[in-house]
Amino acid sequence: MNDQTSFLLHLADNALILGHRNSEWCGHGPVLEQDIAITNISLDLIGQARNFYQYAAQLINETQKIVAPNEEVVGGEVTEDSLAYLREAKDFKNCLLLELPKGDWAVTILRQFFFSNYQYFLYGQLQNSRDEQVAAIAAKALKEVTYHLRWSSEWVIRLGDGTEESHLRIVKAVDELWPYTGELFMKAGYEENSGVDLSTLRNEWMNKVKDIFEEATLPFPAEDGSVLRAGGKEGRHTEHLDNILIDLQYLQRAYPNSEW
Amino acid sequence: MVTETPIAADKVWSILEKVTDPEVPVLTIIDLGIVRDVKINGQSVEVIITPTYTGCPAMDMISMNIKMALLSNGFGPVKVSSVLTPVWTTDWMSEAGKQKLKAYGIAPPNPQQQVCRNELFAAGEAVQCPRCDSFHTHRISEFGSTACKALYQCDDCQEPFDYFKCH
Repeated sequence: MNDQTSFLLHLADNALILGHRNSEWCGHGPVLEQDIAITNISLDLIGQARNFYQYAAQLINETQKIVAPNEEVVGGEVTEDSLAYLREAKDFKNCLLLELPKGDWAVTILRQFFFSNYQYFLYGQLQNSRDEQVAAIAAKALKEVTYHLRWSSEWVIRLGDGTEESHLRIVKAVDELWPYTGELFMKAGYEENSGVDLSTLRNEWMNKVKDIFEEATLPFPAEDGSVLRAGGKEGRHTEHLDNILIDLQYLQRAYPNSEW
Repeated sequence: MVTETPIAADKVWSILEKVTDPEVPVLTIIDLGIVRDVKINGQSVEVIITPTYTGCPAMDMISMNIKMALLSNGFGPVKVSSVLTPVWTTDWMSEAGKQKLKAYGIAPPNPQQQVCRNELFAAGEAVQCPRCDSFHTHRISEFGSTACKALYQCDDCQEPFDYFKCH
């Protein structure tokens, strides 16, 4: 698999895995409106994942035809579905942050804010990508991510600057999630030529976090000395991803090729 | 040999004008502005559409409905393909579509330049109540019953309503 396809799968996996995690709130949100909101965000993320998987599948199949034009492909051509449902955990390239359990509302909100903030600036860069299809998907998704970022920022402020209980919970969420944020800006081997400037991205992300944390009366985590949790982008995951895949892939694994 | 005739093109467009959005059945896909191009060669037709939101589940059904409508009117083979650029915007919604939305009880999208900003707790956007026309309304939730809508309430007549958000 070449760098371009790996990068596409990384983008798709990030969106799919968080989309799946958020979908666990469906029917369990704290109030109806926010249940609908987090489920809407899931839908947008899964839509983005589909776009990147479709493009990755197209490239994989085209390469296959060049490498072995006369060979019948075992198991048929790659599709968006086979990429989502038939890969193993070690083949997933999502950041660890996104596979962690949904936790309480504070953990869910804070993770969404961290990730939407990341996607906002990432897609901002990718909409000018030399790869026209990536640029098109990014420009499209950026409109949706703008809503996600606004919504999650408002909730971080609401919880941080809210009641004693909500403040305590989001402070705890910061402690829990912060060590996982560094991975967003670590360059994986396949990102050498992705065109993404990770250090600019990190600065923009950090400034936004500072602004929002200040308004939310949240202490900004110390930049040094924190443990960094990483590996997901290179396929080294926590057991939480296995648990997601057991859920997500159950039907295709138990009843291959079933459709409904 | 290309056999596209103005008559065939008119016919295809008039068939597409009868295909509606399954989530908002008062709107046709032409009102929504998602049909980007139509290519006709004899009886075979390719319709090029663009999605509203990336995850909108209605898109698959819309593709199916386009095929059914054209096939049942004697065209075929029919292909529906999707393009992402230029990115769909609610500014492409027709005036007729906006009127139909309002009559249906959904506030139509404001022009894009007015909002779509990233400010927090934004109070800027004045959304008109589709029932009593008051601008004294407030947002209950950024996200509504479908990806394309937000939830509002009128402070004058108290009616809660959907707003087709500008995008």
